[in-house]
Amino acid sequence: MSTALPRRNGGKRVLPGFKLTLGYTLFYLGLIVLIPLAALVLRSFSLTGEQFWIAVASPRVLAAYRLTFGASLIAALVNLVFGLLLAWVLVRYQFPGKKIVDALVDLPFALPTAVAGISLTALLAGNGWVGQYLEPLGIKLAFTPAGIVIALIFIGIPFVVRTVQPVLEDSEKELEEAATCLGATRWQTFTKVLLPSIAPALLTGFAMAFARAIGEYGSVIFIAGNMPMVSEITPLIIIGKLEQYDYAGATAVAVVMLVISFILLLVINGLQAWQRRRAGMGA
Amino acid sequence: MNSRLKAALAAAAFLASAAVSAQTLLNASYDVAREFYKDYNTAFIANYKKTTGKDVKIDQSHGGSSAQARSVADGLDADVVTMNTTTDVDFLAERGVVAKDWNKRFPDNASPTTSTMLFLTRNGNPKGIKDWDDLIKPGVQVVVVNPKTGGNGRYAYLAAWGYIKKKGGSDAQAAEFVGKLYKNVPVLGKGGRDATTTFLQRNIGDVLITFESEVVSINREFGEGKVDAVYPSISIVAENPVAVVERTVAKKGTAELAKAYLQWLYSDEGQEIAVKHALRPRNPAILKKHADVFKPIPLFTVQELFGSLGEAQKVHFNDGGQFDKLYTPGR
Repeated sequence: MSTALPRRNGGKRVLPGFKLTLGYTLFYLGLIVLIPLAALVLRSFSLTGEQFWIAVASPRVLAAYRLTFGASLIAALVNLVFGLLLAWVLVRYQFPGKKIVDALVDLPFALPTAVAGISLTALLAGNGWVGQYLEPLGIKLAFTPAGIVIALIFIGIPFVVRTVQPVLEDSEKELEEAATCLGATRWQTFTKVLLPSIAPALLTGFAMAFARAIGEYGSVIFIAGNMPMVSEITPLIIIGKLEQYDYAGATAVAVVMLVISFILLLVINGLQAWQRRRAGMGA
Repeated sequence: MNSRLKAALAAAAFLASAAVSAQTLLNASYDVAREFYKDYNTAFIANYKKTTGKDVKIDQSHGGSSAQARSVADGLDADVVTMNTTTDVDFLAERGVVAKDWNKRFPDNASPTTSTMLFLTRNGNPKGIKDWDDLIKPGVQVVVVNPKTGGNGRYAYLAAWGYIKKKGGSDAQAAEFVGKLYKNVPVLGKGGRDATTTFLQRNIGDVLITFESEVVSINREFGEGKVDAVYPSISIVAENPVAVVERTVAKKGTAELAKAYLQWLYSDEGQEIAVKHALRPRNPAILKKHADVFKPIPLFTVQELFGSLGEAQKVHFNDGGQFDKLYTPGR
């Protein structure tokens, strides 16, 4: 690339006025993100501490947190591996129909999640196209936590592919070739050369897939079976509380979700920064 | 003021006056009443024109009954609400959106139609399900709506509970029976339609507990003969309450129209339209006329056994209530 990008330390800034832009940033974030979330927290304040605790820590709700975070984590981990593979194939190989495959990756972004849920359920239910062959083998996917994981894998895959793809495109083939010339095995080349450079992107993709899965409702609701303690996700608990006009209880659970999700994302962001620093020092 | 702005203002004023001349009514209703109110609105508009000479326009808004009630409470400008559970209207009364004594404003607890809970089995009823007792047999799978997320599920639960109580059983026996019943439940639907899809399209379960009105629409949707409707020895009355949204009609000046709209539901014509959509009419003569559709079975009311739906909600469905106790770990 020959275009001279303004460097951070070069003193050239695209937008003038740090104070103005930062002020605008904070104002905009406040308007779009913080005020709605603050309203959520405030609404849960109508509960006493004890009521709050009962609402957010009953065994049913705890089971729902476990399921939501557990299934999201598994799905994000699966996407981490297979998203990398997909991105790799899309970047490094030419094959007929590549454009179509590339476009297909984005489909879960655009699709209404309910459509995903309904079609996955139709596919995996005991009488579905795939389910009818699995059921005799004793494998039940629809209406079990396994079905939830599948739905979350589906909606999460583009996040990993789309964050890793550009980094892979930028990574230089010559480095890998050099590693091979110096006698590295394929596995060594992968872990010592390739992985460090794409690790931050992979982690970002993982974090986004994970975050998206935690908040997912539409695609999961049809395939979950909604059995308390078994396959009930937290968003359904919130809807259930609203159906009982328990606004305060619903917001209490929502606040807990908000806090856990925020902490998780903060941790992942921290990990990513650490990873980037490490990679930067090694280079 | 420039001329273009003036023209725009004039146009706006014209549109506003046109809107006033034809009054508009918004009916916030529950999900599966969509087809019923579509038919009813056409008939009502024609009748209103004939009797008063005035044109009206009626908009419909449908969704889950409680979700609809919540949006009206939060400010949706509906003129009338037509729900499938009284608690939804009670909630609006608490918020001061509808009259406190809404259930006295129209005849029959302000519920022009009712429905009841029935069983639906697969064609030919292979498991020979006849009554509530058959639902707790080992190996029978029952599909039902989660009482936490749907009125349909609440009525199914209360109907099962009431069956034991009406036989002279104690609360403990009723709890035991209902607990056994839910042990046979493989999938809890989120709402009525969700449960129907699970039962019919996913082929899960041997029997579906649902509203009588849903049975007829299933026959219409999926074709006759796919399912058998089984009338148990006794079941529950589910009232479909209606109310004028005082907050909106005061603002829009549509009080009279809203009242006429709901009142006409009780007319012979209105009741006949309800029959077509498998809602039990309140008019005894019309109900009798259609005895082939609405098989006469002994029915009990929520008030009779549970005080009110609101009280049943507190005892049974709120967090930590009976349902949570019957349906928790250790299964």
